[in-house]
Amino acid sequence: MIWQLDVIILTLVIICGLAAISIRDLLGAAVLFSAYSFMMCLLWAIMGAVDVAFTEASVGAGVSTVFFVAAVFRTTRSSKD
Amino acid sequence: MKRFAFIGVLLFGAVLLYSSFSFPPLGDPHAPANRHVSDDYIRDGMKETAVPNLVTAVLADYRGYDTMFEATVILAAGIACFFLLRRYRRKPAQHRLYRHIDTGVILIIEQGGKEPVDSKEFERIDYHWVPFDLVVNKAAGLMVPFLQLFALYVIFHGHHSPGGGFQGGVIFGATVILLAISRDLRSTTRLFPERTSAFLSSAGLFIYAGTGFACLLLGSNLLDYSALARLLAVDPVMARSHGILLVEIGVGMAVSAIMIWIYYNLASAGRYDEGL
Repeated sequence: MIWQLDVIILTLVIICGLAAISIRDLLGAAVLFSAYSFMMCLLWAIMGAVDVAFTEASVGAGVSTVFFVAAVFRTTRSSKD
Repeated sequence: MKRFAFIGVLLFGAVLLYSSFSFPPLGDPHAPANRHVSDDYIRDGMKETAVPNLVTAVLADYRGYDTMFEATVILAAGIACFFLLRRYRRKPAQHRLYRHIDTGVILIIEQGGKEPVDSKEFERIDYHWVPFDLVVNKAAGLMVPFLQLFALYVIFHGHHSPGGGFQGGVIFGATVILLAISRDLRSTTRLFPERTSAFLSSAGLFIYAGTGFACLLLGSNLLDYSALARLLAVDPVMARSHGILLVEIGVGMAVSAIMIWIYYNLASAGRYDEGL
């Protein structure tokens, strides 16, 4: 475990998480959430939980992003905030 | 109100951070989580199940009951999407677009106009259409078989390497979703119809539960795969290994079909007419 790598990835996780909830564009939020999932996947891999990392990469960063994009594409924005 | 919520969230985060300091360090052999059952799994897991990847052995054998209901939760999610979104009535009053395959000319057919259905020269394109791209179309189509082979490898090689039914199933589902995104939803639903996905998602779970109940019928506990030894003509240790393979196949089938099913419903808003 390389602690510098750990700190960099943890910082990116926090940045992606904060950006995903504060961004106004929903498509951007979906992409940021995907980036967040990918960083979490790297963290799991660093900690040696390879099976969890694999699941996070395929479900979190892969298919759930597609579902978010599909949901954004098929809905309309009603509030102005 | 927003300020109160913010203060509440900050306080909650502070409590969580404070309590995280009393966690044992990562991988500490004296941590409570590593003192009770982990030793047994690490010492006897290979002897009892003949599965080198302990994660798979724990997920599908020692904690098989847990995994069965995880798969049930995913099936419930798929069925919930179906019941919430699926609409059988066609949306009226919209013109349709057709593309002439050889020249790329787009025809707009107003409502009531004669549509070139089943024509070899025209193909229907989506209302929110993007220009036809040969590279994207062919590259995605070329990648799909290899991705599907990898998905099957992940499912069947879960005994020895990271992966298993869930991951392989998701990758397999993602290949069909890739086809649906790179081409269109209608051609993909012809290849992999909604009925197939609904059938496979319940059939996969049936394989899992059926393996468990077969053990019960053979006079052992639910999901105790060593009871399958007589049925599979192997010794009880290998029977547990084969039992894990059976339930992984079930989970893979169910998860891939449910992912495709959820995508169909989400991307077409339940109409199965025009996708992403």
